Amino acid sequence: MKEPNDIILHAVIKVAVVIILTFSINLFFSGHHNPGGGFIGGLGFSAALTLLFLAFDIETVRQNIPVDFKVLTAIGVLIAVFTGVGGIVFGEPFLTQAFDYFDIPVFGKTELATAVLFDVGVALAVIGTSMSIILSIGDDH
Amino acid sequence: MSWLHIMVLVPFLFAIIVPVIYRMVTPRIHTGWFVLIVPSVIFLYLLKYIPIVSNGDSVFISVPWIPSFGINYTTYIDGLSLVFGLLITGIGALVVLYSIYYLSKLKESLHNFYIYLLLFMGAMLGLVFSDNILVLYVFWELTSISSFLLIAYWYQREKSRYGAQKSMNITIFGGLAMLAGFIMLSMMTETFSIREIINQTDSIYEHSLFLPAMILLLIGAFTKSAQFPFSIWLPDAMEAPTPISAYLHSATMVKAGIYLVARMTPIFGGTAEWFWLVSSAGLVTLLYGSLNAVKQTDLKALLAYSTISQLGLIMSLLGMGSASLYYGRGDEASMYAAAVLAAIFHLINHSTFKGSLFMVVGIIDHETGTRDIRRLGGLMHLMPISFTLAIIGGFSMAGLPPFNGFLSKEMFFTAVLNASDMSIFSMESLGVIFPVIAWAASVFTFIYSMIIIFKTFTGKYKPKKLEKAVHEAPVGMLVPPVILSSLVIIIFFFPNVLSQYILKPAMGAVLPAYSQPGEIEIKISAWHGWNAELFMTIGVVGAGALLYLYLKKWIGIYSIYPYSMTFNNFYNQGLGKMEDMSFSLTKRYMTGYIRDYFVYIFTFLIIIVGGSLFYFDGAAFDASNNAPVSIYEGVLIISMLTAALTVLFSKSRLTAIVAVGALGYLVSLFFVIFRAPDLALTQLVVETVTTALFLLCFYHLPEMRRKAERVKFRMTNLVISIGVGAIVAILALSANGTRLFKPIAYYYENSYELAGARNIVNAILVDFRGIDTMLEIFVLGIASLGVYTLVKLRISGRGKSERAK
Repeated sequence: MKEPNDIILHAVIKVAVVIILTFSINLFFSGHHNPGGGFIGGLGFSAALTLLFLAFDIETVRQNIPVDFKVLTAIGVLIAVFTGVGGIVFGEPFLTQAFDYFDIPVFGKTELATAVLFDVGVALAVIGTSMSIILSIGDDH
Repeated sequence: MSWLHIMVLVPFLFAIIVPVIYRMVTPRIHTGWFVLIVPSVIFLYLLKYIPIVSNGDSVFISVPWIPSFGINYTTYIDGLSLVFGLLITGIGALVVLYSIYYLSKLKESLHNFYIYLLLFMGAMLGLVFSDNILVLYVFWELTSISSFLLIAYWYQREKSRYGAQKSMNITIFGGLAMLAGFIMLSMMTETFSIREIINQTDSIYEHSLFLPAMILLLIGAFTKSAQFPFSIWLPDAMEAPTPISAYLHSATMVKAGIYLVARMTPIFGGTAEWFWLVSSAGLVTLLYGSLNAVKQTDLKALLAYSTISQLGLIMSLLGMGSASLYYGRGDEASMYAAAVLAAIFHLINHSTFKGSLFMVVGIIDHETGTRDIRRLGGLMHLMPISFTLAIIGGFSMAGLPPFNGFLSKEMFFTAVLNASDMSIFSMESLGVIFPVIAWAASVFTFIYSMIIIFKTFTGKYKPKKLEKAVHEAPVGMLVPPVILSSLVIIIFFFPNVLSQYILKPAMGAVLPAYSQPGEIEIKISAWHGWNAELFMTIGVVGAGALLYLYLKKWIGIYSIYPYSMTFNNFYNQGLGKMEDMSFSLTKRYMTGYIRDYFVYIFTFLIIIVGGSLFYFDGAAFDASNNAPVSIYEGVLIISMLTAALTVLFSKSRLTAIVAVGALGYLVSLFFVIFRAPDLALTQLVVETVTTALFLLCFYHLPEMRRKAERVKFRMTNLVISIGVGAIVAILALSANGTRLFKPIAYYYENSYELAGARNIVNAILVDFRGIDTMLEIFVLGIASLGVYTLVKLRISGRGKSERAK
């Protein structure tokens, strides 16, 4: 079969994916105080990846991003569970989150919250789930 | 948490690090050496309770587990649980030592083996030390599961899988029956604690649930202890590695049923039903097991049937001993109490001699490569130590002096003779059956004990039929059976020491009237003078020896009984029929069309949600707080309706997908208008990803077949879709009109102080309701694995038949 000539699509997507990725990372970090968060950030991230998979061959992308998304899901869930266990270690109920303010060079006074760690778990689980579903269905030709 | 609780949990905790140890030390050191520490330490720890328990005291420590349901993790040590605890850890240590030489460290996946073993050990300890019946039940099922895993340890073999499934089916069925019995008990007494139930026994005799609870509990005990007719799983469980057969399927797990019966005796004992059910099941099993053992040609199958028979013996002793509770105290009560003492005595004796015999059979299997007695013979000179061990174990099982089996068999005869003189429970007319069955079963016990010893070790050596050059086993493999065999002899000479410290406290736990030391005088001695028991034993030896010598002449009798009438056949047929039935039933509604499944799902939604709305009168509308509808919202609603109708009437699937997407985006516009940016963003991204997914699935979807099923399906679908729409609308409106809980506005106002976050939605997601989110991503992960396996396994499994016939 002849390879379709997708030069314009490829060129646009290369730029768009970078923008979407940056945007979703921004969404993720702003989630603590502004609209955004782990779920939506993760979904945005996988939307960008899906775009890559649609525009280029699945095999090509897979070679460049050698991540097993099933493992990513597991890592995400584990992170979320372990931040919950962290509460128990300090004698609090399971899933108790803590936050405090620190002076960090360059950033100035910054809030660090364990809830963000939990959110990392959520984001990874969402990326892993959506990508492994899309890939297993998309792969099935 | 006390040390006792920790001791029960140690096997579970250690099981977690077994794989790490296995990976680190293989192939230099055998993993078993590390596992050996666990039972040894617990055994030594439990020894310190012997003085406490032999004074008639018991230890009771409680830790709340699920306090809101009244479930506490309560450990309770009395004489009975201590006997079991010592057996579990003592035999456990020996079995682990034995397995180090039995299982090759290079070829076997030892980490699995030892994890299952530790799982079993912990479950068994939890079972016997638990006072709460629900905790007991959990551990009970855990022993069934670990037994399943251990039987299927060599899962490549079809027979292993068959045996594992069979044991699981039967014991879990019994476990569920037992659970129902437990629930009935707790309904009668309003407590989950065994001790408190025992305190209330007088008030439950008249209860209508008394008999059902008793029968259900006994089903649990009989399935676990392989009593007739549930015994069929035990011979097939012999597919497990021999250390496991010695440990689970003769010394400990199958005795859990005995434990349950003994534990429940103070509650149910003293009634005619309990007496008859337990003792008759025991006697029938005793006879059935010994009769079947004689015809076996596989040494392990022979031992399995002999285990069934010996378990029946112990069970019948417990049944006869329960009569003691009818009398309360006095001469007759202590006469039958001796039967309980004999039961516990034989329980320990059986664990010693049967454990050692299993290990000898394992050695024979290991060194010759076969367990078939037709291929074995003349091993006496090649394996002198094993031969000695087999003689000690075998003669003890046959009930000959100077081995401990003689003592407990004599006590058994005493018990059946006493039972035949009993004047209650209509035993005046039927009592004579007891000694007859006991004597006949003992004759066959004698015969199969001789078969084990003499068919393997004497006669003609047949090297041509064996795969290996035979020699004696390594020292490490001989140490555990040597220890057990020495116990067999030591117990014969000093039975009263054991009786003083172990047996009498255990009997006190079964019969509360004798819970304090010194209240009963039972002296175990090898010589009673020329009494009826001794004549019975002499008769057993005489008849057994004659029948053994002429075994070839009459063994053919066994083939008369047709296979089609055996319980094994019923089980296999029943299982096959059940599979066929459920297969055809499932096939009837599993059409493979997703729209059929949607019909089922939505019908149930209408029935359940609509039904409960109607039943609880949940529909309530409250329009007083509603804001006026603006022009934007009106426009949005009209566009959404248009999009929805487009989906309904579109001719091509692509149009439908685009319209569904449009509908989703319009909903997110609603969120924008209502100032919910988080929801709007999420909805937008979800719509995008969903559309991408749809496009991927597009490739696989079948052609739209509107015309084909037009007439048949249209009406049902219309009714269901309108129904679902109406229900969801009513539900949403009622949710607005009903206030059952405090509004969550409190979180909104204080999110910054409580969680350090200004974004209320995120604070709820990750902090206030963190456990919901955690479980949700858990579900997501499982769903993705589900999709993955469905898609991938379908590809690799294509072409194979769906069911392995």
